[in-house]
Amino acid sequence: MSYTELLGVLLFFFATFLLAIPLGKYIARVYAGERTLLDPIFNPIERTFFKLCGIDATKQMNWKQNLLALLTINMVWFLMAMFILMNQSWLPLNPDGNPNMTADLAFNTSISFVVNCNLQHYSGESGVSYFSQIFALMFLQFVSAATGMAAAAVLFNALRERISDQLGNFYNYFVKSATRILLPLCIIVSVILLFRGTPMTMEGKDTMISMEGDTVQVSRGPAAAFVAIKHIGTNGGGFFGVNSAHPFENPDYLTNIVEMVAQTIIPFAMIFALGFYLKRRKLAWMIFGVMTLGFVLLVVPAILSEVGGNPAIAAMGVDQSQGAMEGKEVRFGAAASGYWSIITTVISTGSVNAMHDSTMPVSGLTQLLAMMVNAIYGGCGVGILNFYIYIILAVFISGLMVGRTPEFMGKKIEAREIKIAMIVALSHTFLILTGTALASFVFTNNPEIGWLNNPGFHGFSEMLYEYTSSSANNGSGFEGLGDNTPWWNISTGIVLLLSRFIPIIGPIAIAGILANKKYIPESAGTLKTDTGTFGLMVFAVIVIIAALSFFPALTLGPIAEYFSMR
Amino acid sequence: MKKNKLFDRKIIKDSIVQSFVKLNPIYLIKNPVMFVVEICTIIMLVEVTYSLFTAHSSPIYNLIVFITLLFTLLFANFAEAIAEARGKAQANSLRKTREETPAKKVQAVGEMYMDEIIIVSSSQLKKGDVFVCETGDVIPTDGEIVEGIATIDESAITGESAPVIREAGGDKSSVTGGTKVLSDKIKVKVTTEPGESFLDKMIALVEGASRQKTPNEIALTILLAGFTLVFIIVTITLKPFADYANTPITIASFIALFVCLIPTTIGGLLSAIGIAGMDRALRANVITKSGKAVETAGDIDVLLLDKTGTITIGNRKATHFYPVSGVEEQTFLQACLLSSLADETPEGKSIVELAQAKGTTIPTNYQQAQVTLIKFSAETRSSGVDMNDRRIRKGATDAIRKLSEKAGHPFPKEIEEQANKIASGGGTPLVVSENEKIVGVIELQDIIKEGMKERFERLRKMGVKTVMVTGDNPLTAKYIAEKAGVDDFIAEAKPEDKMEYIRKEQQAGKLVAMMGDGTNDAPALAQADVGVAMNSGTQAAKEAGNMVDLDNDPTKLIEIIEIGKQLLMTRGTLTTFSIANDVAKYFAIVPALFVASIPALQGLNIMKLSSPESAILSAIIFNAIIIPALIPLALRGVAYKPIGASALLRRNLFIYGLGGIIIPFIGIKIIDMLISLVF
Repeated sequence: MSYTELLGVLLFFFATFLLAIPLGKYIARVYAGERTLLDPIFNPIERTFFKLCGIDATKQMNWKQNLLALLTINMVWFLMAMFILMNQSWLPLNPDGNPNMTADLAFNTSISFVVNCNLQHYSGESGVSYFSQIFALMFLQFVSAATGMAAAAVLFNALRERISDQLGNFYNYFVKSATRILLPLCIIVSVILLFRGTPMTMEGKDTMISMEGDTVQVSRGPAAAFVAIKHIGTNGGGFFGVNSAHPFENPDYLTNIVEMVAQTIIPFAMIFALGFYLKRRKLAWMIFGVMTLGFVLLVVPAILSEVGGNPAIAAMGVDQSQGAMEGKEVRFGAAASGYWSIITTVISTGSVNAMHDSTMPVSGLTQLLAMMVNAIYGGCGVGILNFYIYIILAVFISGLMVGRTPEFMGKKIEAREIKIAMIVALSHTFLILTGTALASFVFTNNPEIGWLNNPGFHGFSEMLYEYTSSSANNGSGFEGLGDNTPWWNISTGIVLLLSRFIPIIGPIAIAGILANKKYIPESAGTLKTDTGTFGLMVFAVIVIIAALSFFPALTLGPIAEYFSMR
Repeated sequence: MKKNKLFDRKIIKDSIVQSFVKLNPIYLIKNPVMFVVEICTIIMLVEVTYSLFTAHSSPIYNLIVFITLLFTLLFANFAEAIAEARGKAQANSLRKTREETPAKKVQAVGEMYMDEIIIVSSSQLKKGDVFVCETGDVIPTDGEIVEGIATIDESAITGESAPVIREAGGDKSSVTGGTKVLSDKIKVKVTTEPGESFLDKMIALVEGASRQKTPNEIALTILLAGFTLVFIIVTITLKPFADYANTPITIASFIALFVCLIPTTIGGLLSAIGIAGMDRALRANVITKSGKAVETAGDIDVLLLDKTGTITIGNRKATHFYPVSGVEEQTFLQACLLSSLADETPEGKSIVELAQAKGTTIPTNYQQAQVTLIKFSAETRSSGVDMNDRRIRKGATDAIRKLSEKAGHPFPKEIEEQANKIASGGGTPLVVSENEKIVGVIELQDIIKEGMKERFERLRKMGVKTVMVTGDNPLTAKYIAEKAGVDDFIAEAKPEDKMEYIRKEQQAGKLVAMMGDGTNDAPALAQADVGVAMNSGTQAAKEAGNMVDLDNDPTKLIEIIEIGKQLLMTRGTLTTFSIANDVAKYFAIVPALFVASIPALQGLNIMKLSSPESAILSAIIFNAIIIPALIPLALRGVAYKPIGASALLRRNLFIYGLGGIIIPFIGIKIIDMLISLVF
């Protein structure tokens, strides 16, 4: 293990962190409706489009109206994507002649891109046309990220110190997120990728002669643009099947840094944006601190176990001094791949630069935990929504502990809010465990079904991972799972749908209800929520709710595997 | 109502009986956590019977699990029963006073409306009826005196043996059923319907019969039900997981895992905590009309306190006499003494006392003299005496000034200066004149009660702002406010001012508490979030407030606030404790479930428990006995320390959070060692 590898990891983190603070300030400005440099370009275009659609983007909406707008427009996008994917063979821009998707695969794919998950039960090279890549998938990568951010903006608005049910306008937040934040960042990232060798072409497969002298067909396409939004929007769906392990998607160590920073930056920046927007920077630091504590606790064991090598392989006499390199790219190394595997799971990106199936059991465990918690940084916008639920629960318990009716940001937390928060917290556990339970049941009774490459604990982890990834809207796969079957397509599709919208509706509903409640100014008896003590409480709640309920399942998967390997 | 021991023999006996009665599912369904435990217990009972006939699992092991679950339920019921029983014991002592008492009802008869007194039972008295009580009678029900004055022994409800005076009109006109008339005769109008009197309500409340869940309790129940649901999912899904891993798990183990994980500790103690909170209020001699009021008290931001009797000792006292130059001190003192002889107010009495202490005596010719006492009137704003040809008056500076200037005497400058000096020092100047000539000024001072400053400091640390309400002028008010350490004051307060102040604070989102006794306090008491009426106060005040203080102690609010905070804290900390316990229970049960088929998982058995069976049993036994172990804490409440919210959270998180993680590790290990000794 070399120290430069570890230094690299530290560089990824701190580079993101330093870039995220000014970006957060900028995002806060955008949502506060202040002028930005891009206004002269986009304002006229937006006005025209809003006029054409008959939308008044300046109209204030309450939380229900905002949610209705969000859900309706997502429904439209879903139908549109379904149509494109099921008809791509005759639609233009299909130089490789890829066939139409089956209904169940198109359902799963559309859902998973609408919900910012990108589970991808297909392979980009053979499963979709360029038209689908651009107009169905890449489009959804933009709008799903912007949807999450717009939902977070509604939350920001609701948290302000006043009494109102007017929480801004979803359409306005949505368009601003896409044009003022996502688009400029994507342009920067895609240009860098382009210069490092990522293709950006509409031509079909190219032919090359390999070193062995074989003629090989090489897929290409408009990848640079796609890969940029895939990370900036924490989507994670690769242009090619093997995602960012592919040399075209992630050509070298530099692009690896860029992509890692790109997927982390908005989730980081959203936290700081909250602080700037509400003028409560200490609160932002508390949130960032708690998330970072969780992240460090996940990433350190993962990196250590990856660079430590695989004892089973070492026993065969294979050198493990470079770390556990099975399933990893030599150009990134064990440490950077371990770091990526946690970044991509804490944040709901789900892009991979190494095979998670081949990572060590401890890494598998931490990857799973990262998605089970699903609130450490988290996805574009939705990370903060998820974290908000934990804050509400922590505020409730700790409020009681200091002998005062719990309140957050001057609003009393009562039975109704707790009910919603519990439903949201419960739904994640429910979807993951019931999904895995049903799959286990089917597999146990039909072992010939052929889903699993590896039976035993690892096979169990594969199924658990698939549902966890779906429910966290992550989209990465443990792989090794035969997942393009109606069972997996439909069941994960349903999980995706529920696990996307319940955690958006819940927090917005709570925030909307609270925004309309009486504002109580702080007194010496009020529990401050921007302190380390409260942060610790939130952390404890996260550990108890998210981690404890998965303990038995994890025991039969990665934990059993870990103890068996020793 | 003296403090009784936390547990006494009779209470425990009754509670044990009640713990079985409360197993009734209709009753238990109100508590979702314990209700599912009951279902699990029934399943285990079936499983025990079933395993007796088939050999699929060990009946003895099943039986132990069943018994442990049964005890978990009984312990939880016991906690509630004992809290209720303690309340009931108090209620019974109250009820004794409610026993049928004969009432002398005044009945209008005939066309002449001649009143006739007939003896009826107290339960037959209706609202609006009038009855008469004479020396030695027990007052049959709550009412308001319409005629007469009497001394009343209220010890039956307050425990205070000193008799109190109640009279028609004014703020001390209400009487409570069960108290005894010691002297004189009063005519009382009944103010409540039978069964709705103050004591009836109070008895129903402490017995828990009419106890409604408070908003915080409802929210907490939802949270706990949510946790229960999470663990239902965890346990049910474990079955296919275990099948996949070829690890059969017995029903007993499933149930053990489930019961251990759900928050039974707090679930079992929740209602006991609520009842105990009201009970604590009652022990402080405060009757609350609902549990919610106690909870709200914990959230109070602003506290309105009357100056007189709360911050200062009863009334002002004379502290100094300043004769005008040219007047002998003894002459002046005598004038003061004479002017106050007829003055029955505490101020007047204090003047007499102080003058006598300074060696002045009543002039010998007083008895023979022609004496006319001049009572204080709002018109003259002075009082005094006419003795032969001496006209002695005392009163507020401007009143006496007017009097003397009218008679053509100048107002001495030194007196004016002295009066101002007294006022700015927080005192009240009383100017004395003889035959319209100023002879001097008396200084009256407020005596601030001992320990008030510390109490206000404590309140400040709790985040409660204290406001002093007084009729004094702003200068005096400011001085006393500063001296006593209150945060704000309302000077020259009229009842509307109080109301206005409360409204203003409430609009800013604050919760306001106040104490009052008079009818004119009633609107403000109703407006305040927590209104504590004094038991001596009028019926209107008592109706308007949501608590009644039997001791008539104005500083009681401070205790009430702490009781409210304690109530919430006890719930919060025990919830944290209960959930934190899950960590250790997982480490006991999960390896035990799988270790038979996955030996490698022995690595998870960090407590090194002797066998899978003993691990599971240790966990559920621990889970059961932690409930009775925490009953004293639940009843007594977690100690409140005014150290600021964050520090308090840190402290409680450390004790109950960290403690909640560590204690079960130790407890389970000890139980496991004991079990492995037996088997």
